[in-house]
Amino acid sequence: MTSLTLNAIVSQMAAIEQFTNNILKILEQDARTTPAQIAVMTGRTEQEVKDQIAALEQKGIIKRYKTVIDWAKAGRERTYAFIDVKVTPSRGVGFDDVAERIYKYPEVQSVYLVSGEYDLRVVVAGTSLKEVSFFVSEKLATIDNVQATITHFVLKRYKEDFEIFEDTSEDRRLSVAP
Amino acid sequence: MKPISHIAKTVPASGIRKFFDIVSQMDDVISLGVGEPDFVTPWRIREACIYSLEKGYTNYTSNYGLLELRKHISTYLNERWGLHYNPENQILVTVGVSEGLDLAMRAILNPGEEVLIPEPSYVSYKPCVLFAGGVPVPLGTTPESGFKVTPEQIAAAVTPRTKALLISYPSNPTGATISREELQAIVDVAREHDLFIISDEIYDRLTYEGHHTAVPELNGAYERTILLNGFSKAYAMTGWRIAYAASTPDVIEAMMKIHQYTMLCAPIMSQMAAIEAIKNCGRECDEMAEEYNRRRRLIVAGLNNIGLDCTIPGGAFYAFPSIKKTGLTSEEFSERLLFEEKVAVVPGNAFGECGEGYIRCSYATGIDQIKIALERMERFVENLGVEGRLKAAGRE
Repeated sequence: MTSLTLNAIVSQMAAIEQFTNNILKILEQDARTTPAQIAVMTGRTEQEVKDQIAALEQKGIIKRYKTVIDWAKAGRERTYAFIDVKVTPSRGVGFDDVAERIYKYPEVQSVYLVSGEYDLRVVVAGTSLKEVSFFVSEKLATIDNVQATITHFVLKRYKEDFEIFEDTSEDRRLSVAP
Repeated sequence: MKPISHIAKTVPASGIRKFFDIVSQMDDVISLGVGEPDFVTPWRIREACIYSLEKGYTNYTSNYGLLELRKHISTYLNERWGLHYNPENQILVTVGVSEGLDLAMRAILNPGEEVLIPEPSYVSYKPCVLFAGGVPVPLGTTPESGFKVTPEQIAAAVTPRTKALLISYPSNPTGATISREELQAIVDVAREHDLFIISDEIYDRLTYEGHHTAVPELNGAYERTILLNGFSKAYAMTGWRIAYAASTPDVIEAMMKIHQYTMLCAPIMSQMAAIEAIKNCGRECDEMAEEYNRRRRLIVAGLNNIGLDCTIPGGAFYAFPSIKKTGLTSEEFSERLLFEEKVAVVPGNAFGECGEGYIRCSYATGIDQIKIALERMERFVENLGVEGRLKAAGRE
């Protein structure tokens, strides 16, 4: 009896995992898909979908719903730079503290602690080369404990967040086929 | 000039072809008429092929196919279904399941022998039997039986000339799947009448309801079954033309002889790609299947909502709704839908007479496209309804 119950629990957990995975995949493709539409696609009720999405939001698995914008097309060119930052941690000031000082700037898109020669990988977005340079020299480099920086300006984006930019692939299939 | 062969002359071209010609002249058509995945072959498979070309793999292979590929296929069939096929003499790598089917027919049929074909069925089954000198015997199925052939139907159609039964689950065009028990009952009838079973299982990885059963797994099936499967649908590799047949050494030897003299071998670059697919791409395969499953639920719900009654397809990537309520024939419905709303579907009668009154809607198309197609179809059916009411009121 116990093993039967255990099997039931295991298969129920697998079903929930699949349900969750389905929701995430659908929302990742199109965050505007309604709970009613997701319910159809997953074979669950609308309420179940709403509850599950709420739980995913609460757990921070779904962080937010954002829009991927091609700023260049919108006529607002953006400049991105990857900045490697070498940090000297000192008593009472660890990597986390330095990272926090950096990520609080709204220009900063992301900050990672990384292995290798440098410690932090910072991604900065600005409207111009000048603006980004200014941010690095005036704000970033001057933070205590920041020992050195290397700035790599992004020249071209090929792929971001699994999304291929300037994707030239088209549907080459015959429009009607057996 | 003397005339071309009688068979070549009389076998009609696929009904799908005519439709394709119309669609290809039009712009902005959303096509639910495509019988192949919308995914491009996973990059790692393409990359493996490119690498093999760079290394100079451009030669013929063994007639049976690369032994390494046959070994992987053998292992795969064993791990998945517990089947034992010797890679040396029980597996033949073919140029698509289409070639495998042709070889199977030519290997087993004598002139005039009959092959039972449950319909609606894939468009090439009947012609393949005819080209091999056989006689196709269609067995019509309906939504009431879930588009599944019954053992009684088979038994009733058997004559002294019946040689084989050709089945395919999950089915193109209906998406029908079949349970292990139902399949065993079919195998039992085939055994009783000593028939070959040719089982086209190309859609096996796209099974959404229950689990797929491979025919040779069943009691009394192994020694009489020619299992046909391939890479096209599971790994989105249609254009590579790469598949395999597995059966007894005698049958594979016979098929190999025909293959040897007509095809020599499957292209080596496709075989190299297939090795990468079968070795390393199970995850990609499952992810594509999950995506199809989400679309399946969306399209089936959408079609039923419009009033086009649709049984739930358990596999493949097709829905096969009834359009009988509209009073139009399959071809009228499909043509008008195409011209009036620019949605392409395939009329059901292209898959056999019993497909009349149905259309095949492929969901190997992105979710956004499916949503738009459903909106257009809804408008089309609503307008038909208005037209019908006007006619009924004598105010046409």
